[in-house]
Amino acid sequence: MLNEWLFIGIIFVLAPIFPIAALLIPQIIAPRKPDPLKNQTYECGIETVGESWVQFKAQYYIFALIFLVFDVELVFLFPWAVAYHQLPLFAVIEGILFILVLVAGLVYAWRKGALEWI
Amino acid sequence: MGDPVILVAKWLEQLLAGWGLSASQVNVVMTFIGVLVLAVFVLLLDIFMVWVERKVVARFQDRFGPNRLGPFGLIQPIADVIKLLIKENITPAGADRVVFNLAPIMALATVIMLWAVIPLSPTVFGSDVNVGVLYVVAIGAISTLGIIMAGWASNNKYALLGAFRAVAQVISYEVPMVISLMVPVILARTMGINSIVQAQSVWYIVMAPIAALIFLLSAIAELGRAPFDLPEGESEIVAGFHIEYTGMKFGMFYAGELLHALTMGGLFASLFLGGWRGPGAEAYPILGIIYFFIKAFFIYWVIAWVKYSLPRVRIDQMLNLNWKVLTPLALSVLIVTALLDKLLAGAPIVVYVLSLLAANLAILLTTSRLLRRYARSGRQRVAQPAPIATPERAVAISPKQNASA
Repeated sequence: MLNEWLFIGIIFVLAPIFPIAALLIPQIIAPRKPDPLKNQTYECGIETVGESWVQFKAQYYIFALIFLVFDVELVFLFPWAVAYHQLPLFAVIEGILFILVLVAGLVYAWRKGALEWI
Repeated sequence: MGDPVILVAKWLEQLLAGWGLSASQVNVVMTFIGVLVLAVFVLLLDIFMVWVERKVVARFQDRFGPNRLGPFGLIQPIADVIKLLIKENITPAGADRVVFNLAPIMALATVIMLWAVIPLSPTVFGSDVNVGVLYVVAIGAISTLGIIMAGWASNNKYALLGAFRAVAQVISYEVPMVISLMVPVILARTMGINSIVQAQSVWYIVMAPIAALIFLLSAIAELGRAPFDLPEGESEIVAGFHIEYTGMKFGMFYAGELLHALTMGGLFASLFLGGWRGPGAEAYPILGIIYFFIKAFFIYWVIAWVKYSLPRVRIDQMLNLNWKVLTPLALSVLIVTALLDKLLAGAPIVVYVLSLLAANLAILLTTSRLLRRYARSGRQRVAQPAPIATPERAVAISPKQNASA
């Protein structure tokens, strides 16, 4: 078991090294001629007006909230799915009730119009 | 027996032990070499994928694709890499430099990490952790973070819009994907991907076709490929999150996307198409690798087929498909699978498979009925005359307005 996690630990360290190496090679061999015009933000030839980090639509926030509720509950479902074969029928029905509560939440969000893109 | 990979590993192990290393040191060095071989293999595959992608799109668009450099243009991707390496890297003024440079690294590194848990053959796999499916979900979420970081750090409004869209899209499609991944977990009673492959005496696409379909659709959305390429819609927000990236940094995003597509194909193959299983795969594990890559490339080809056949969807259509169709569908499939699996605990395998298939088909039929009714009501709404332009309506509304005023 520890062996399996050793592999994952090593790949976590090694995997970023390849892209970093590929990004370091151009530092040596690629030309570098910075220019204030070239470094401008690209907006199809027009100069940027004001700050680029602007306020954004609140709708994105609502979807992120709905996602959060679902994701947290789904994490609870994974242990249920794995321990599934040891569970009696009653525990399975309990799990299904849990999913139905999740469905009720989805129906509520739907009826409230949180799923509409305005 | 008949497995060159294991033979080489055995030989290396003996060589290292002969140098006087202790057993645990040999273990660490062997794991290190294993990771190195896997990562290099995956990256070489990635360079080859550029050629595959260009050939496939050429075929869909009735062209030849690269055919000048080497046989069938096979050397073309290497020329591409050299070109990207000698291009100047431009960092836009006002960009957040650290995050800007970190984003492409994350986009590629996380995809390489995904390959740690995908079994290539009965004997050749990186790591058979018992939480493989959860690992895939977790690492997949980090690769999304790379897109968001790129869009945020570029100091560009188009890039920021692309990042917002990526948040809405990838976050949303995570939900049906996780639910559909739970169906193979229930059927195999384990989260380890190699154990799921071993449990598939009957391919899970037969027992859970809807879960497979949902996984494929949400995988395409997670990849951000057409018809779900809203984060980088060329005609709307120029190139979205990677608009400011040049040279090799752009190459990282491109390579990451291509490799991610093949990884999703490999995951689909492992979870629903039996992975390395095939005639003779148990006896000759090297055959398993061939079967696995045939299946993975087939799913990759299906993803490309969808990409080059369908136009981009609107953002409200994309969100409606996810929250109003795929999520309820996935939840109902999960409930039906869990119940049927428990009720048919002692039944013979033929009855078990056929009843699961029948239940899936029934759900699919009901869904298509509902969707057709919904589409018809939508068409009727469009067919009605617009309420604004008619003078009678203006008269009909005005007394009401007076009353309320």
